[in-house]
Amino acid sequence: MEIIDVVPPVLKDNVIVTSVDALFKWGKSNSIWPLSSGLACCSIEMMCAAASRFDLARFGYEVFRSCPRQSDLLIVAGTLTWKMTPPLIRLYEEMPEPKYVIAMGNCNIAGGPFSDSYSVVTGLDKIMPVDIYLPGCPPRPEALIDAMLKLQKLIRHPELGDAAKEAKAASLKNLRSMTQPVDALEEKAE
Amino acid sequence: MAQTEKYVLNMGPQHPSTHGVLQVQVELDGEKIVGAKPVMGYLHRGIEKLMESRTYAQCVPYTDRLDYVSAMNNNLGFCMAVEKLAAIEVPERAEYIRVICAELNRIASHHVFIGSLTNDLGSATGMIYAFRDREKILDLFNIICGARMTAHYIRIGGVAADAQEEFLRGAQEFIDYVPAMLDEYDRIFTGNEIFQARMQGTSIITRETALKHGMSGPNIRASGVDYDIRKIDKYGAYGKFDFEIPVGKQGDNWDRYIVRLKEIQQSANIIQQALDNMPEGPVMAKVPKVLRPPKGDAYHRVENTRGELGFYIVSDGSTKPYRVHIRRPSFVNLQALDGMCQGMLLADAVTAFATIDPLMGEVDC
Repeated sequence: MEIIDVVPPVLKDNVIVTSVDALFKWGKSNSIWPLSSGLACCSIEMMCAAASRFDLARFGYEVFRSCPRQSDLLIVAGTLTWKMTPPLIRLYEEMPEPKYVIAMGNCNIAGGPFSDSYSVVTGLDKIMPVDIYLPGCPPRPEALIDAMLKLQKLIRHPELGDAAKEAKAASLKNLRSMTQPVDALEEKAE
Repeated sequence: MAQTEKYVLNMGPQHPSTHGVLQVQVELDGEKIVGAKPVMGYLHRGIEKLMESRTYAQCVPYTDRLDYVSAMNNNLGFCMAVEKLAAIEVPERAEYIRVICAELNRIASHHVFIGSLTNDLGSATGMIYAFRDREKILDLFNIICGARMTAHYIRIGGVAADAQEEFLRGAQEFIDYVPAMLDEYDRIFTGNEIFQARMQGTSIITRETALKHGMSGPNIRASGVDYDIRKIDKYGAYGKFDFEIPVGKQGDNWDRYIVRLKEIQQSANIIQQALDNMPEGPVMAKVPKVLRPPKGDAYHRVENTRGELGFYIVSDGSTKPYRVHIRRPSFVNLQALDGMCQGMLLADAVTAFATIDPLMGEVDC
């Protein structure tokens, strides 16, 4: 029996048949509450994105919450230092599942201009899983909105993220296979 | 009589107030604050050390990231210090464009102050209005250098490129808009009864305390001290302009707010004069491609949005500075927090913190 047959013919044009999973994902992606936690320069652009002109509320990111227990998106906006790392990890742990992380700005991707500093964490993914990387120093509010739309897409179609992970794994494997002969040569030499 | 026990409450490093990653250990007796101890360093990026391994021109973008809401003023301070060290003469037109950019950025920074202050007082509406007007200035920066916040427009020896006709016209339009803008702020915040009740007579910094702490900028002017580097040193083209220094009476939260509102007006006044008397000519001095300032040291201070910003540079004759020390106004101003909070209620700590207007990027450096 087709699912379509369950719907009486009278209501056929008024009823949408979907899976619970798809409905959940749709709802989840359109009602994300970000944690209002700014670290440095990027946080000012994050505030701009939430303020008048860019108005994040249009995309379902209506409420910035100050409490991690009420939020499900951590936008790490700004340079992360080793001193700030324990509090940030605690904030992340306090957020309920499902939770997402946007690494905003070059500092959080690979250290940015401070990559050779003694006190800066070079890359947020060293300490927590990251869903979206957003380059820029600082990224414009439009870029943040784009990142958030990409996150919505990722929530609705998690397999997209899997594909990216697989591609990354494949490229890593490829890289290893390329370097292998060198290693083998070295072993031989030893 | 009932006795209460003192206890310590940690505010931060993540806290609902909008001023970055600062931890304040607040000692409380009931709801009264006995002491407030700021714990900083959560954003220490080692900029002074990094500058030692960069050439002079490469150092300039790092000053953008010190006080990120008034980047132009920071660029100006560092570039002028290097120019002093290497004895570079800046063309007059460049000086005028520098003044216009620095003052526009001062206004933009005060917009962030107003926005975050009202947000901290519980009115998100205020932030919306202030950020709406700030966008107008950021658009101008976008035209002149392609960046919104971290401009890197003021370079050693002048400015990166000549100001376009479009920028000058836009600046004029913004100046014409300023009176209407301030009028609107007066109607929304300044006249608001709750706003006044929260601000007037709270967190007073007396003239003596302000002087003892070595405070500067709008914070010391709110306490009644007539101290402005633009008037004292008359650096750059500032000697050619006629402007007043707004001064407060008793140094409470209210005065610090009012002084900044008046400063917006004075900045607009300076920009108007600069636009009217803009000279023609080059915008960049002849600076050698590889800059090697002679052995020696130089200190230059400018009036940043938050106060006296000084750069002390030691040169050993090579292409890189031997040592850079930055005198950050936010760092010095923040030390007054303890005295401001004593005897106040816990909710007032956030207001006090917002009216000092420190920026963590600058405090921790």
